[in-house]
Amino acid sequence: MTTLTDPPKGAFRPSMLLYDSRYRSLTLQAIAAIVLALCFLYLYSNVAANLRAAGLNISYSFLGNTAGYDINQTLIEYTSQSTNWRAAIVGILNTLLVAFLACITATIFGVLAGVLRLSPNWLVRKLMAFYVEIFRNIPVLIWIIIIFTIMTAVLPAPSAFRGDDSDSSMLFNLAAFTNRGVYIPGPYFTRGFGAEGNGALNWLLVIAVLVGSLIATRAVSASANAKQAATGVRPKTLWLNLAIWFVPVIIVLFALGLQWDTPALRGFNFQGGLKIGGPLIALWFALSIYTGAFIAENVRAGIQAVSKGQTEAAAALGLRPRRVMSLVVLPQALRVIIPPLISQYLNITKNSSLAIAVGYADITATLGGITLNQTGRAIECVLLLMLFYLIISLLISAFMNVYNNTMKLKER
Amino acid sequence: MSDTHAESIRFVRETTLPQAEPPVAERGVYKWGRENLFATPANTLLTLVSLYVIYLVLSAILPWLLNGVWNANSLTECREILAGETGGCFAVLVDRWSQLFFGFKYPSEEYWRPTLTFLLFFLAAAPVLFFDLPRKLLIFTAIFPFLAYWLIWGGPVLVPVVALIGFILGYLVYARLVTQNFAGGFFGGVAAAVAVWFLGGYLVEWTSGPTSLLAAVPSRDLGGYMLNFMLGVSCVSLSVPIGIALALGRQSSMPLIKWVSVVFIEFIRGVPLITLLFVASVMLAYFFPPESTVDLFLRVVIMITMFSSAYIAEVIRGGLAALPKGQYEAADSLGLDYAQAMRLIILPQALKISIPGIVNIAVGLFKDTTLVSVISMFDLVGMIRGPILASTDWNGVYWELLGFAALLFFVVCYGISQYSQWLERRLATDHR
Repeated sequence: MTTLTDPPKGAFRPSMLLYDSRYRSLTLQAIAAIVLALCFLYLYSNVAANLRAAGLNISYSFLGNTAGYDINQTLIEYTSQSTNWRAAIVGILNTLLVAFLACITATIFGVLAGVLRLSPNWLVRKLMAFYVEIFRNIPVLIWIIIIFTIMTAVLPAPSAFRGDDSDSSMLFNLAAFTNRGVYIPGPYFTRGFGAEGNGALNWLLVIAVLVGSLIATRAVSASANAKQAATGVRPKTLWLNLAIWFVPVIIVLFALGLQWDTPALRGFNFQGGLKIGGPLIALWFALSIYTGAFIAENVRAGIQAVSKGQTEAAAALGLRPRRVMSLVVLPQALRVIIPPLISQYLNITKNSSLAIAVGYADITATLGGITLNQTGRAIECVLLLMLFYLIISLLISAFMNVYNNTMKLKER
Repeated sequence: MSDTHAESIRFVRETTLPQAEPPVAERGVYKWGRENLFATPANTLLTLVSLYVIYLVLSAILPWLLNGVWNANSLTECREILAGETGGCFAVLVDRWSQLFFGFKYPSEEYWRPTLTFLLFFLAAAPVLFFDLPRKLLIFTAIFPFLAYWLIWGGPVLVPVVALIGFILGYLVYARLVTQNFAGGFFGGVAAAVAVWFLGGYLVEWTSGPTSLLAAVPSRDLGGYMLNFMLGVSCVSLSVPIGIALALGRQSSMPLIKWVSVVFIEFIRGVPLITLLFVASVMLAYFFPPESTVDLFLRVVIMITMFSSAYIAEVIRGGLAALPKGQYEAADSLGLDYAQAMRLIILPQALKISIPGIVNIAVGLFKDTTLVSVISMFDLVGMIRGPILASTDWNGVYWELLGFAALLFFVVCYGISQYSQWLERRLATDHR
């Protein structure tokens, strides 16, 4: 029997740097480091020389200067006298708004289409396959432009709503679809904290009540689970849960004096209510239907990945089809669906930068568009823009990975 | 016993009945309809809703499509011909056909050059896509990029020839040295190619006169669908080798190499393509030496290639990870070194696994080439949104133009995805 011994420890020779596997990786890395450093040095010297020639230097002081341009849709206070930094914040909030809205609707579209693609109904199956193929194979930019065109060129102007026998009429006298945007009733509070119109605190209260309801319903189902485990009989929780969800929030809304501000035609335009601008709707809807087609494929793949034996076993146990779906198939399918879903959410967030094509004031349009063009600070603006998207991407994937970890198969 | 039994039975059939047709409800269109369309009340409702949706869509599109006007010089003329009827004004496609495909600046007497390139592209792509074709055709595939460059951009013929000679000489040196050592072959080949290009540069400068066989066309004159196509093809083909290198780098045991690859991939994947295009249009020029002018097309190709190579690297990393560990161990046990193991055993299998992913990236990238319209390049979407819709003749013809653009992209993307599915079936060499 032979025993392994260490290789002979000879004196170090320079040739070992290339032929000895212990040192070769070090040599290669040293070469790579030198090449990399030289590249960076070369790029840096080019940038320095170019900036000197253009009489510029890297400085972020332009962020504090007056922006001098208007933004049509803002979530926070903003005027053209605000700073560039404020404009960038407005853009960031708009990006997050459209990304959040589109993530929700894309998930709804995607889950619906994905489930319907597995429907026993032949016609529905084919229609959904058609939807998926059409939307996946045409660039999202074209979809955004098409929907924006519908919003601006096809919908009637506000003037078409005027008069008794007008060309267009409002939907149930509540919502108006015009080429300047969609007007819907907006809620506001007549009592409560703060002055009228400044209801941020009131909204926080409503959200707090809803969160409380969520915690309470989870406690109810936990106690129901415990009772079922102990006695085998599951108490009926539906009515209790409904009450927990609706009663407190209705009481709070009533106490705060909720009123609806319906839009009405005054002068040349609609006044009052909430206005959702055409660019936002185009971007929101286009991103939703486009990404929805991708999510549909993920959902279908996830459901098909659950082996048929699982469904059959559940049916053999006497579970009804809906319970089979919710208790057996979906929990297993979600494990397959969630990771690609995360990347679809990331895609939505990144694709929302296409806002610049339809004039929606997201971060790409404010910081990367107008501010960049006005100040000429190309390097600084693009770097900030990239930094923002990097942070958002990392945050989304971090949050969703935490969620994924709670969903995934618990193994040894 | 048997007697009584025979008497207790009234009737015994002695011949088999001829086979009868199933009942009407159990065959043909009735059975199919009952099972596939009207199985349950809910299903029936779904069917009716779907039929209504189909009716809505068709009733909106068909009159518009069938009643379309194909011959007119402007939108007003279209409307006069239609006289209030519903109908598309497809005359804009006829009128602006060449602009949609070649952009508005490419000299019209040279249109045959991109068209010929496009046709030759299929000849060049055929042996790569369908590997039952004779392998000798790959020689044309290797020559095609240089030929395509010369046909589209024109200019002195020596430029692509010198570039080609550099590659050939580099390959010869590589083939000679690789039998001893992969690294030696690789770096020797690169050195030989660079030497040829360096010397060739002087030769081109010395010989180039004011006239050339094909008139030079600057990059900024390219446009239309041709631009989308060129960007898509060149960026995908450039990014596959870079993506392989990045994927191997990410799997490397050397921390520096691994770290550089990870940072590059995660950075590129974390930002939208638009910001990278901004880099190409406003920032990248700062990174080149002050006296050099690198045109926008090249800068865009650089950035899109970086973008897609990061995504392709992740797909290939998936392929590498999906390969059973035994394959790596088998390569080691044969005594192969890293380069041999990768070239001969690991990468062929990993790439095969990654094909669907790579095709997905390619389709996505081809669709994303429309984003260059945001940085004011006149690709297909840029042409439609810019010169065509802004012209007085055709202001207001949205659906025909956008529908045409959508159709062009759909045909290509759907074709590629169908090809990839065929390829997957074809390459399924494992026995499952």
